[in-house]
Amino acid sequence: MSIDKNQVKKVAKLSRISLDDKNLESLSNDLASILKFVEQLNKLDTNNVKPLNSIVDKSLEARKDKVNDGKIKEEILKNSPDKNKDFFIVPKVVE
Amino acid sequence: MSDLNQNTLTQITNLIKTKKISSLEVTKFFIKNIEKAKKLNSFITTCFEKSLKDAKNFDSKKNYNGLLPGIPLAVKDLFCTKNIKTTAGSKILENFTPSYESSVTNNLWSEGAIILGKLNCDEFAMGSSNETSYFGNTINPIGKNLVPGGSSGGSASALAANLTPATIGTDTGGSIRQPASFTGTVGLKPTYGLCSRWGIVAFASSLDQAGPMTKNVEDCALLLEAMSGYDPKDSTSINKKKEKYSKNLNENVKGLKIGIPKEYRIDNMPKEIDNIWNKGIDILKKSGATIVDISLPHTNYALPTYYIVAPAEASSNLARYDGVKYGYRSKKGKNLIEMYENTRGEGFGREVKRRVLIGTYVLSSGYYDAYYLKAQKVRKLIKNDFDESFKKVDAILTPSTPSSAFKFGEKTNDPISMYLNDIFTVPVNLAGIPAISIPGGLDSKGYPMGLQLIGKALDEQTILNIALTMEKAINFKNSINRWWEN
Repeated sequence: MSIDKNQVKKVAKLSRISLDDKNLESLSNDLASILKFVEQLNKLDTNNVKPLNSIVDKSLEARKDKVNDGKIKEEILKNSPDKNKDFFIVPKVVE
Repeated sequence: MSDLNQNTLTQITNLIKTKKISSLEVTKFFIKNIEKAKKLNSFITTCFEKSLKDAKNFDSKKNYNGLLPGIPLAVKDLFCTKNIKTTAGSKILENFTPSYESSVTNNLWSEGAIILGKLNCDEFAMGSSNETSYFGNTINPIGKNLVPGGSSGGSASALAANLTPATIGTDTGGSIRQPASFTGTVGLKPTYGLCSRWGIVAFASSLDQAGPMTKNVEDCALLLEAMSGYDPKDSTSINKKKEKYSKNLNENVKGLKIGIPKEYRIDNMPKEIDNIWNKGIDILKKSGATIVDISLPHTNYALPTYYIVAPAEASSNLARYDGVKYGYRSKKGKNLIEMYENTRGEGFGREVKRRVLIGTYVLSSGYYDAYYLKAQKVRKLIKNDFDESFKKVDAILTPSTPSSAFKFGEKTNDPISMYLNDIFTVPVNLAGIPAISIPGGLDSKGYPMGLQLIGKALDEQTILNIALTMEKAINFKNSINRWWEN
């Protein structure tokens, strides 16, 4: 399996990363060589191996479903590049 | 005043506790060192006003009960620090000031430490040379044209140059141990879950661990003790009693079994690395340990596995940088989607883009089984290798890296050659176990080379004890002449 420029374009779209033609070209080459490198794994037979989903030998802990934080609206909004009172501002979504 | 350039963290701690020196004096000393070291570019942000205020505050309160009483420390800029800019080495977070403190840094301040500033690192910790940082290259104090390693390169550089008496980094595939090896310092990656990940800018969540970087093993035990501990805010944090690594540190390695994995004797490894490895084996034999030849048969598959798992997790973690809630936002784009695309296109550097794209690809429909699932299966085999070996041995000794520090630009054109630098460190992250890198000696160019001790899960004490024994016998001396101060 190798990756071509059109596939990289599609992945860039999925990743929400804009790429100009020059970057598309060179990143396609990088990605192709990285994929070739990781495809070494195909040499291994893993049919009877269970995937390792978690490195911790326990199920994840759930905390009690209660509010232990809050009233920090200003702090949350503080770092926003564009805001208006209680809202984050984004470019127009609905025409 | 004694020459603090010669003192370790533990020694400074004792000087402050016995009131031979004040926190303010120590803090002023390190600030002066930092101001003279601009050439190294190891800091992204300094906060000296706060440092001096905190030091004065410490001196007036006279509470010496903490593990790090009045000790000024700089930390990797991947730890969120309340009201102090946290960039993760990225343009996209250039102006991000967290309103909260990471659990690990919070632990340090609770033990009495004082912040000096934030240290340079590869962008989102993705790199092995610190060259992917948006804030420019960090220089290795060992030599003007040498990389300090990465991603905790600023941490290693600042520590080796004595701009901070100790520091903390994060290690996803070797990011503490490789720069420690390149700078002749000590670095430990703890067991996954020992140190809280809460408030650390996330890269690959199943691999990321914070750990200490210090001048010697004694300091390493002390700092690990201070930073580790259960944290309910991290769902993968291990709930157990805090270990007394410092108190329990000793040099008794008699009867311990040390494994030497044959797969780590790779082709084209410099003879000098082989030599320090053999020297390490001899030291352990003389100290009464038993050397056992072992096999970790899937070692060669660790890097390819890592370069599927880590980018996959990174692509998910980095989805949050959308230019809406915080961080950089592009001014270009007619609609929301274009704003996202331009923000991320302009805000991320090349290595980060590579990894987000690879990660998105291996998780995408039609490729998931062939790449991601396959990698998770191989990861299981790699973990099994270690589980099997640890039935026979107490610890494993290997080199930390396949080479000493390289020059700027030497590996930037070929991502794979850069990735290969982590060949000895990555398997440990995949298996979630602890490992420490200590200086093993200098090569003919005078560059440090590190030795790595790998331990069983949650058995940091054993590798610290072995490391202490080896450190005494190796008696490593870094050759640094503070050239940057001229």
